[in-house]
Amino acid sequence: MAIAEYIVRTKDLVKEYIMGDTVLRALDGVSLDIKRGEYISIMGPSGSGKTTLFNMIGGLDRPTAGSVFIDEVDIAQLDAYELAWLRCRRIGYIFQTFNLIPVMTALENVTLPMIFAGLTTDEAIEKGVELLKLVGLGDRLHHKPNELSGGQQQRVAIARALANDPGIVLADEPTGNLDLRTGKEIITLLKKLNQERGVTIISATHDLKMIDVSDRVVWIRDGKIERIEERAQLEISVGEIGGEEI
Amino acid sequence: MRRSSKNISAAEKEGKIGRISQLPLRVALKFTFQNMRIRFGREVLAAGGTFLGTAFLMATFMLNTVRHAIEKEIPPDIQARAIWIASVALVVCTIGITNSMLIAVSERFREIGTMKCLGALDSLIVRLFLLEALFLGISASLGGAILGFVSSFLVHWGRYGWGELIAHLPVGGILQNFLLVFIIGVALTVIATIWPAYRASRLPAAAALRIEV
Repeated sequence: MAIAEYIVRTKDLVKEYIMGDTVLRALDGVSLDIKRGEYISIMGPSGSGKTTLFNMIGGLDRPTAGSVFIDEVDIAQLDAYELAWLRCRRIGYIFQTFNLIPVMTALENVTLPMIFAGLTTDEAIEKGVELLKLVGLGDRLHHKPNELSGGQQQRVAIARALANDPGIVLADEPTGNLDLRTGKEIITLLKKLNQERGVTIISATHDLKMIDVSDRVVWIRDGKIERIEERAQLEISVGEIGGEEI
Repeated sequence: MRRSSKNISAAEKEGKIGRISQLPLRVALKFTFQNMRIRFGREVLAAGGTFLGTAFLMATFMLNTVRHAIEKEIPPDIQARAIWIASVALVVCTIGITNSMLIAVSERFREIGTMKCLGALDSLIVRLFLLEALFLGISASLGGAILGFVSSFLVHWGRYGWGELIAHLPVGGILQNFLLVFIIGVALTVIATIWPAYRASRLPAAAALRIEV
C-alpha cells in the first residue's frame, strides 16, 4: 500500500462534555487534513477547543461524533492494546510541563518508550544516547530531571518523543513554561527535526513565535475552525500582529 | 472497548497496528525501588499503619501462645477479646493504607498519564502499584512482627521472670505466630492497594496534559 498523503485526518469531529445539566460542545464539526511532514500550529484562545482537538488527534480521548484517521486507520476502531501501540510507536508527545518521570535519568526517560515497544535494553540505550546527542544533551545522560533546567528537560522530552521514530509529534504548548530565548531554541529544534527527519509536527500553542516556522496555522474559535492560513499568507499576517508579539 | 473486530483484523493484516508488549519485570522492579526511595518519607507514613497493626497482632498472638504454654489454661473470653481488638486494629490499618495509596494516585496523575501516552497499558499501572504495595507490606510486616515479638517478650519476662519464661518458651508456636502475622500483614497491604491501583489504571492518558495539581 502506498504511503498516504495525509498522516492525520479528522472528519466532522464533535466532542461534547456533560457539565451537570448543560452540554458543552467543545468541538463542533472540525474537519482537518494534515499532510505528512507538515509543521502545523493549532492556535486559539483558551477554552477554544484547542486542547480537545489535540487530545482527539493524539488518541487520548474519544470523540462524541465524527472520526479521526491516523495513517488512514480510524482510531475509534482500535482496542486498548492497539491504542497503546499507536501512542507508543506512531505518536510522540511533548507537554507544556515536560512530564519526565522524576525518578528516572534522562537516558532512562528516553529509553522507556522503546522498552514498551519491545526493544532490548542494549538497543534502547544505544538509540537513547544517539537521540540525546541529537537534541544536544550528550553530556547529560545520567542526570535526573530535577538536575536539569526547563529547556534541557524539554529537550529530553523531545528526544523521548522521537524514541520510536513516530510519524507524528504532538506538542501541547511546548514553550509555555519556558522563557523567551529557551522557547525559541525549542522551536528551532522542533523545526530542525521536522525538516531533517520529516516528522510531522502538530503543536497546540498560543506562542506567536511558532507562526514563523509553521507551514500552516489553524485558528480555532468556539470549537470550530475559524480559518487556516498557509505559509504564504502567514508572512503578511505576522507583520500585522507584530505589535502584539511579547 | 472493541467496537468492530472486523476492521481491526483488516488493519492488522496491513501490518499497520500492532500490539504493545509488557514492561519486563526487571525494569518494573527497578522503577518501583527508585520510586519508593525518592518518596521515602511518604512511604514510611503509608507503611506505618501496617507496621503498628502487625506489631499489635503479633503481641496479641504471642500473649495467647506464651500464656497457654506456661499457665496451660487461659480464659477463652480473654483470648477472644484480644483477637477481636487486633482484628479491629488491622481493619483500621487497611483503611489507612487505602487512603495513603489513593493520595499517591492523585499526586502522580500526570506521571501515570504520561506513562500511558508513552504506551503503558492499564495492567502495567496496576502492576506497578501492587509491586509497591508488596514491598511496603513485606518491610512493614517484617518490622511490625519483630516489634510485636520484642515487646511481648519483654512483657512476659517481667511477668514470669527470665528462668520461667525461657524454660517454657514455645519457640515453635511463636514462629508459627510470626509467619502468620507476616502473611496477614503483606496480604492486607496488597489487598488495600487493589482499589487505588485500579483507580490509577483508569486515569485517562489525557491526564498528562492537565496542569493543575
